[in-house]
Amino acid sequence: MSTPAGMGPSGWRGARRLAGVRRAFAPVAEARGLTRSMLWLGCAITLVFVAIALFAPVVAPYDFDTFEADGSRFAQLEAPSWDHPMGTNVQSTDVLSRIIWGTRTELKVVLVSLLFSISIGVPLGLLSGYFGGKLDRLLVLFMDALFVFPFLLLAIVIAFLLADRVGQGILTAAIAITAVYIPLYFRVVRNHTISIREEPFVEAARALGARPFTIIRKYVFFNVVQNVPPLATLNAADAILTLAALGFLGYGIQPTQGAEWGYDVNRAVSDAASGIWWTGLFPGLAIVLLVVGLTLVGEGLSETMNPVLRKRPTGTVDFSSDSGSEAAGS
Amino acid sequence: MTAAPVVSVRGLRVYYGTLRGTVRAVDGVSLDIGAGEVLGLVGESGCGKSTLGRGILGLLPDGAASKGDVIYGGRNLVGMSEKDLRRLRGPDLGLIFQEPMTRLDPLMRIEDQFQETLEQHEPGLSAREVRKRSLETLGRMGIPPTRFRQYPHEFSGGMRQRIMIALALVLRPKLLIADEPTTSLDVIVEAQILRILADLRRNFDTALLLITHNLGIVAEACDRVAVMYAGKIVEEGLAGDVFAEPAHPYTRELLRSTISLDTKELHSIPGAPPNLITPPPGCRFHPRCPDAMAVCPTKEPVEQHLAHERRVFCWLRGPEQAIPAGGTSPLEREEIAVAEEA
Amino acid sequence: MAAQGTSLRQYALTRLALVIPMVFILLTLVFLLMRVAPGDPISAALGGRVPKEEVEKLKAELGYDRPVYVQYADYLASVVRLDFGEAITDRRPIGDIIKENGAATLELTFYAMVVALVVGVTFGLLAGRYRDTWIDGGGRLFGIVVYAMPVFFLGLMAQLLFGSYLGWLPTSDRASPITQATIETHTNIYTIDTLINRDWGAFVDSVEHLVLPAATLGLVTAGVFIRLIRVNVIRTMKDDYIEAARARGVDERAVVYHHAFKNALVPVITVVGLTVALLLSGAVLTETTFNWPGIGRTLILYLQNRDYTAVQGIIVVFALVVVAASVIIDFVNAYIDPRIRY
Repeated sequence: MSTPAGMGPSGWRGARRLAGVRRAFAPVAEARGLTRSMLWLGCAITLVFVAIALFAPVVAPYDFDTFEADGSRFAQLEAPSWDHPMGTNVQSTDVLSRIIWGTRTELKVVLVSLLFSISIGVPLGLLSGYFGGKLDRLLVLFMDALFVFPFLLLAIVIAFLLADRVGQGILTAAIAITAVYIPLYFRVVRNHTISIREEPFVEAARALGARPFTIIRKYVFFNVVQNVPPLATLNAADAILTLAALGFLGYGIQPTQGAEWGYDVNRAVSDAASGIWWTGLFPGLAIVLLVVGLTLVGEGLSETMNPVLRKRPTGTVDFSSDSGSEAAGS
Repeated sequence: MTAAPVVSVRGLRVYYGTLRGTVRAVDGVSLDIGAGEVLGLVGESGCGKSTLGRGILGLLPDGAASKGDVIYGGRNLVGMSEKDLRRLRGPDLGLIFQEPMTRLDPLMRIEDQFQETLEQHEPGLSAREVRKRSLETLGRMGIPPTRFRQYPHEFSGGMRQRIMIALALVLRPKLLIADEPTTSLDVIVEAQILRILADLRRNFDTALLLITHNLGIVAEACDRVAVMYAGKIVEEGLAGDVFAEPAHPYTRELLRSTISLDTKELHSIPGAPPNLITPPPGCRFHPRCPDAMAVCPTKEPVEQHLAHERRVFCWLRGPEQAIPAGGTSPLEREEIAVAEEA
Repeated sequence: MAAQGTSLRQYALTRLALVIPMVFILLTLVFLLMRVAPGDPISAALGGRVPKEEVEKLKAELGYDRPVYVQYADYLASVVRLDFGEAITDRRPIGDIIKENGAATLELTFYAMVVALVVGVTFGLLAGRYRDTWIDGGGRLFGIVVYAMPVFFLGLMAQLLFGSYLGWLPTSDRASPITQATIETHTNIYTIDTLINRDWGAFVDSVEHLVLPAATLGLVTAGVFIRLIRVNVIRTMKDDYIEAARARGVDERAVVYHHAFKNALVPVITVVGLTVALLLSGAVLTETTFNWPGIGRTLILYLQNRDYTAVQGIIVVFALVVVAASVIIDFVNAYIDPRIRY
């Protein structure tokens, strides 16, 4: 194939890389039916939350710890009303505002920890899977041991220990969550790298004398990276649950640093005895909704990209286009 | 053919619906198979022979539809309800698959698999009867009774294929379709399987459609052979005759491509099998045919009957009247560039 | 052919051998983690509440003034002896903690697992079988929503609904005070003990207290099973032996139930093992919400009190339990699926 006129080498490579990425995610466009609805619904929900997080200062009626306005203090534990559509909690802060600001907290922490998990887990998995050897065996043993351990407990322990050293807060929670999910990426990426490494086309590249890093960059990476989006979204969903759990147990962020949904639910437990439902219901629903949104995207993505589950879309069969000459019976 | 055929296929079309269009996998096929007769169906990969085999039995995947006539026992299998078809599968119609390794439920003992099949179609049988018949059929395949209670993974590929055949035969079907039964087996096992299949006609009077891309098997085991290309039958006749004197250029080229101990140089047919969504106009083989004439791309060939029960679809064999003036001159066409071939 | 008994044994030995490095790493990790915090555990737990000399005495007694590697050796030795020491703050032997609170958690997680399996397997099988219909959509949505619910939120809502508003079920503790005081414990698992004692009233009482926590935890975990089983059913329905069974005329219900579902459930056993870890996490939250005196809640309490020794002991037990569970699961797997043994 000749290079189209006017495209220099860098332009060509750039276009090819883009085409490679587009090809890697092509199955998503082919999704039909239920899977497609899931993807769209999930994306919509997630985007709404992202928007809320981004525009929190504009959208929220009050700050997350405002307990008075116009000189008068808000009522305590006031039921939902026009002034406070989701009511107020025991500290006279507006529940709705806390939900909105809480979105920011959740997404911030989860995003940061996700980025760290991926940037540590994926390269480690690639290198470990491709080069094998002693380092690989050691890493695998280590990661498996971590993986087997209950996520939440690990996060709690790490958060607890870091709290003494670093002090509680967003950083601690983020680090705890990062550490817990690294083995996940490592494992998936490593397994996939190993199976790609054995493919004939990689063997051919090696036979041609390509250097290992070139092979990894050109062949292995794009194949393996396909795993990341479904994994990352499902991971994000799980991370939100873990963060909320940490907040519920008191190992999340400090109340002075921002609002956090899990923490709010914890505060609401004592309200329940008096039949006060709005302080717990709304933060809880927020958690559920965001996690559902992320999970829908994640499930939709993994369904479309998993070749076993992918359903080949079928068109209608058209018998009319006959060429006319059917063999007559003998 | 003196006796009435066991199955009579007329104008069968099996099309698949895909996003890019309708794939005409089987496009108007007619053939007969008689009792105790082995009909070989040969062709390249992708010519539609597997689809034809499954289409006859109505075992098509989602997105496929069939039209035409498949007359068995006085009824048309095309358009029959799934329930009725299911009742026929087993005692009347049988199918042997290509990959024996994955065709048996790994969690079920052989004994249970036989029991399931027999109970499905003959529910009144006693356990002893079921066992007796299963062991008898397995015995014919060379599987000893001591292995009756074992699991599939404890058998080799060749033995699993024999178990599959036994499972298909235990109900004594009248029509058996074997879809590349020996392709994934080694030559020695292949010979054993073929011998078993050949015995069928003697012992059970089964009509057998043997689908394969291996001409050697056909020569050895089949009474008649039908050659398929791009969803259509191009030639059919007695096996010995067709191989000795092929009437269709494709058959001739196929035979020449076969490798034997005498082969001095490799011969292949240039080009690739056609796209079945938009097949070539007229005779589908014309782009690759060394003897193509001017008429070939314009009209599809008409069935011609030759001596000794031979049928062929080729303008080279006439009928003269249907060919317009100048149609017999060699076809003008551009050289197929080597790069475009792949 | 080797007798099946030996190969199962061989498999067991190999599997156990693999476990040892993992346990070793986990133990080391826990040891290191506990030493990350500044100072020593004794001061952390008791400092400020107890005179300094006592703290020093305790330190010497428990060996915290010795070099790290000596402590490490001691630690490993004591784990092998299954002697986990005592909690610093209340001097309660860790062994007792495990026995009493551990049993409570075991009871809770067992019933939660039952709920998770029943709900998860049912919905998963249905969703996979009727793929892309409303059954599938509904089942999956249910699984997703239920998994998205934090255990403590679902628990809270359950308490509000069934406890405060409807008053049907108790919302905290393991049993009413009367039962707690009068129960004769054998296994510390109330449902079993009350049955052994034939104390029906107490049995009902403990079941009532179990319903909300077990149902909450089980429901949230069911989501995992639904997803997995659905995928497996879809994958299995595409397997070759399914098509082969259909070709023998086996009716659809038998194909689905006897072949597809059975094969689809094989990996479930593995997931049950993985779910143990999930359940333990969830147990911590559930126990905190429902004030269930299990080992999870105990861990949190000791964490809050900075009782490192207790925390270390409990976490070590957790790690051992999880590893043991995965080994047992692999065992059961090998037993069920005859292919794995070889």
